[in-house]
Amino acid sequence: MELAFKTLTRIRDILSRKEASVEEVVNACLQVIEKTEPELNALITTCAEEAIEQARQMDNQGPDPEKPLWGVPVVIKDVIATKGIRTTCASKILENFVPCYDATLVEKLKQAGCIILGKTNMDEFAMGSSTENSAFGPTKNPYDLTRVPGGSSGGSAASVAAAQAFASVGTDTGGSIRQPAGFCGIVGLKPTYGRVSRFGLIAYGSSLDQAGPMTRTVRDAALMLQVIAGHDPKDSTSSPEDVPDYVQTLQKANDLKGIRLGYPVEYWEKGLSPEVKDCCEQALNKARELGAEIIPISIKHTPYAIATYYIIAMAEASSNLARYDGVRFGFRDKEATELLEMYLNSRSKGFGEEVKRRIMLGTYVLSAGYYDAYYKKAAQVRRLIRQDFLDALKACDLICAPVAPTTAFKLGENIDDPLQMYLTDIFTISLNLTGLPGMTLPVGLGQETNMPVGMQFFGPAFGEEIIFQVCHVLEQALQGPGLPHVLKDEG
Amino acid sequence: MSISKEQVAKIATLSRLSLEEDKLDQFTGQLSSILQYMEKLNELETTDVEPLYSPVEQTTVLREDVVEKKFKREELLANAPEDDGQYFIVPRII
Repeated sequence: MELAFKTLTRIRDILSRKEASVEEVVNACLQVIEKTEPELNALITTCAEEAIEQARQMDNQGPDPEKPLWGVPVVIKDVIATKGIRTTCASKILENFVPCYDATLVEKLKQAGCIILGKTNMDEFAMGSSTENSAFGPTKNPYDLTRVPGGSSGGSAASVAAAQAFASVGTDTGGSIRQPAGFCGIVGLKPTYGRVSRFGLIAYGSSLDQAGPMTRTVRDAALMLQVIAGHDPKDSTSSPEDVPDYVQTLQKANDLKGIRLGYPVEYWEKGLSPEVKDCCEQALNKARELGAEIIPISIKHTPYAIATYYIIAMAEASSNLARYDGVRFGFRDKEATELLEMYLNSRSKGFGEEVKRRIMLGTYVLSAGYYDAYYKKAAQVRRLIRQDFLDALKACDLICAPVAPTTAFKLGENIDDPLQMYLTDIFTISLNLTGLPGMTLPVGLGQETNMPVGMQFFGPAFGEEIIFQVCHVLEQALQGPGLPHVLKDEG
Repeated sequence: MSISKEQVAKIATLSRLSLEEDKLDQFTGQLSSILQYMEKLNELETTDVEPLYSPVEQTTVLREDVVEKKFKREELLANAPEDDGQYFIVPRII
């Protein structure tokens, strides 16, 4: 089982040097899954037999130096299409949906030699901040099973933190990579909008969605992004911008001399729990010791970010989710005898409550007479928020922010009050409105809850390199969150 | 702005959803408080601000519109709730 605890970079080297077989590595992960999964529920589908079969074939053929992730088992969020592997979006409406194609990023991972070990749990259609909105039951936090792993990529975060796999690809529409990464003590990157192809990523908010790596180290995230980034003719919003050598770029980073870190005053002045504030301030002090300059900046439209984000996300969701009509794929109410009845019943029985709420609010804000007051207004404020970020990034190289006001909350704590749940997204959602990249780095354990605390680093468009460099340096200087509770006896 | 139960029922139908009576009540309350919260945006003067609908403002890169045959009919019908090997089947329309 120890093999499963290595980093992605380390296991990749072990495999390429044949110090362990692919089958041994896959088995190590499967053992961790067997031990932790009954408590965590991080996976919706596990592909154990296929993975072992594939591992044996790869061992027979031997390492391929052309494949940077040869033999490495990874898990994929269940909102990303995988050919021949059921892809549910954690929804009853797609419970039996088996795509006949791979998402471009999955194709790229396979070409790089990855083995798909499973599909991870999430909030239904990525709508939620706790992974409690899953038709397959909630995922638990590996550091404390009474707490949520965050969301919507909570299954991915819990799985990687618990060493079920070496990396995952999650998606981030309003913080869905960064917030669960923070809650589970791992690294999570939302790349620049357009950096990673969205082809095969089942749409929620098309102008906000972006897929990115979730890993145990910064270097691992760089390695993953290297593989999945790049232009894709199948996604017209994917960028033709060259993909730099992200891993190489880390060699250049030894200290933070000359780096200016912006500190948005609005984010730190109120509503932050003392333990989160303490941990983040310690990390900033460490950055200062390493040579960084900490500069107060202002993102003055912050109080409007949540309203703006939810109007836009719900509008896009109501349109994107119109395709689930029970005709070509997905759940159909077989008892309906008439077409409209079939639409109504299939959708009402297939979708969970939060998804229905968002579809309805989206329908409302796009309806005649309300469009200008809500949707257009939100799009205008979106530009103001983006301008705040662009202005701030003239005065600093990166912007630092907490991930969430608190560490991981308890299961059930916010689930009955949707608005309260939305308000927990305050520090993550603005970034998606701007399209800029941002990464969560674990910065310690909170003194009160003993749960992981994460800090975010936002950069300029296509500035993933500098984010990796700064976080890599800081990561070496900070103490990691340690083994999660579910693995404590493994030492 | 608060929203009435009748409005919520109408939105549900527009969204092709049907809600039980108790859900309708619950959603009326929840949707009202969420929409009320969203009113906050009216504090801002935005008359001259151009709306931003996508972070990609430069022209998107389009590919040639070439027809390709990538999938067999069976593959595309495989997820259909009902089909006859040729078409998707739906309940009687007329």
